[in-house]
Amino acid sequence: MVIFETHDLNIWFGVTHAVKKVSIEIQPNEIMSIIGPSNSGKTTFLRSLNRMNELNPSYKMTGAVEFEREDVKGIDAEELRRKVGMVFALPLPLPLTIFDNVAYGMRMHGVKDKKKLRDKVERALQQGYLWDEVKDRLDESAFKLSGGQQQRLCIARTLAVEPEVILFDEPCSGLDPISTAKVEDAMVKLKERYTIVLVTNNVKQAARVGDRTAFFLNGELIEIDKTDRIFTAPKDPRTDGYIRGKFG
Amino acid sequence: MTKNPYRAQKIAFFFLFLATLLIVVPVGLIIVSIIQKGLPAINWQFLSDMPRQGMRSGGIFPAIIGTLYLVAGAIIFALPIGLLAAIYLSEYSKANMLTRIIKLAIVNLAGVPSVVYGLFGLALFVVFFKFGASILSGSLTLGIMILPIIITTSREALESVPQSFREVSLSLGASKWQTIRHIVLPNAIPGILTGTILGLGRAAGETAPILFTVAAFYLPRLPDSVFDQAMALPYHLYVISTQVPNVDEKIRYGTAFVLLALVLFMNLVAIIIRYKLRKKKKW
Repeated sequence: MVIFETHDLNIWFGVTHAVKKVSIEIQPNEIMSIIGPSNSGKTTFLRSLNRMNELNPSYKMTGAVEFEREDVKGIDAEELRRKVGMVFALPLPLPLTIFDNVAYGMRMHGVKDKKKLRDKVERALQQGYLWDEVKDRLDESAFKLSGGQQQRLCIARTLAVEPEVILFDEPCSGLDPISTAKVEDAMVKLKERYTIVLVTNNVKQAARVGDRTAFFLNGELIEIDKTDRIFTAPKDPRTDGYIRGKFG
Repeated sequence: MTKNPYRAQKIAFFFLFLATLLIVVPVGLIIVSIIQKGLPAINWQFLSDMPRQGMRSGGIFPAIIGTLYLVAGAIIFALPIGLLAAIYLSEYSKANMLTRIIKLAIVNLAGVPSVVYGLFGLALFVVFFKFGASILSGSLTLGIMILPIIITTSREALESVPQSFREVSLSLGASKWQTIRHIVLPNAIPGILTGTILGLGRAAGETAPILFTVAAFYLPRLPDSVFDQAMALPYHLYVISTQVPNVDEKIRYGTAFVLLALVLFMNLVAIIIRYKLRKKKKW
């Protein structure tokens, strides 16, 4: 079953045509990497999958985005975002304790049982490879963590809601190489249970973790293929130029 | 002529300092002279006794209580309405005609002279709603007067909560209201409190809005209900300073001292609460 499918998706913000006629299918349990230079529409495309673009009042779209064969416009936004989690470019802990950050989503969905919350918070932090580092300081402010730890906290917070898909929006752009490696490890392990869409500015990251890679340029989908094929034998010269670092 | 940047800087600093001094000096003078002349009048009897002999002796207890009632009533009325309006304006309203009208109304409300509020309160609450000259009418009038302060500062406080927090909350499947309730509001409380402080101080000190709506010239007893008239410190001060002959200067300055101390005390309490909440702020 296809997880996401877009048909001729066009997105505008005011007069800016951010995404142009993009049709993509996203398969279950794959890591789909989206690469491309800044302003190529990749983040906008990603945010269309969980309806986050609608927060911008100048947003307009044509075409369709389907989640599990259902048009996302017909799905309650809260329900959709519960199933389609998102990790943002910068580590964005909420101004709460470590525990409350991870428990936030569950609490908003009505989970009140303390034991259940504790168990799920622990499991989510373990899946985010953060449990050992924070298990003795769950009541401290999340802002006391380092940048890399904060980003893994954000991943754990997303996992705690038990989504089906996780959207990563340049999750390592503010992190050092060691923290990046930890986040990438987490992503590869998560693939077994979740479908992952990864937007990245880091071409090498896409090569390391992506099953398939899509290349966006100026809002258009230039090429999409298996990652090794994109990186060894791209069909479009612009893809070749970008991954070789000739522009972007 | 050679330009000397250091000299220009010194001159600029001098004028900036002078301007600051011009603000500090009058405040200092007012406070010092009121303390100097008012403090000797302050004793337990002055604070806890009824006024006597046509306010020429005795205490100011009913005026203190009256002012506290009025301030409390104004906040009870204005804080919820102001806060709800601020939430609507900052979180829900779209850039349309209605929003523009509301914003214009708030600006105008802030610019209305206080005596006009007094007349408005007289016409609407005292006469039309038949509340009479009462604590209720006075509180509502003062409440309307401080609404723009509370709305404006609350809105700024809500808007200063980073957009990214809202996005994170929504991305986790929280509804818009949950996001406001659990993320936006708790982080805006220090700013909302600031608006409330400013409103409190203003409500406690104004004379004109209570002149026709509640203030009793001479009422040497405590009010029995919200439909009763009450004495209030600013009006009492006006009365004993201009309307009643031969009131001892000590009593006049003592009353001014109590009013000033009351406002400063309320501000202090709120500043302490705000400081504690700010320290808890985690970004």
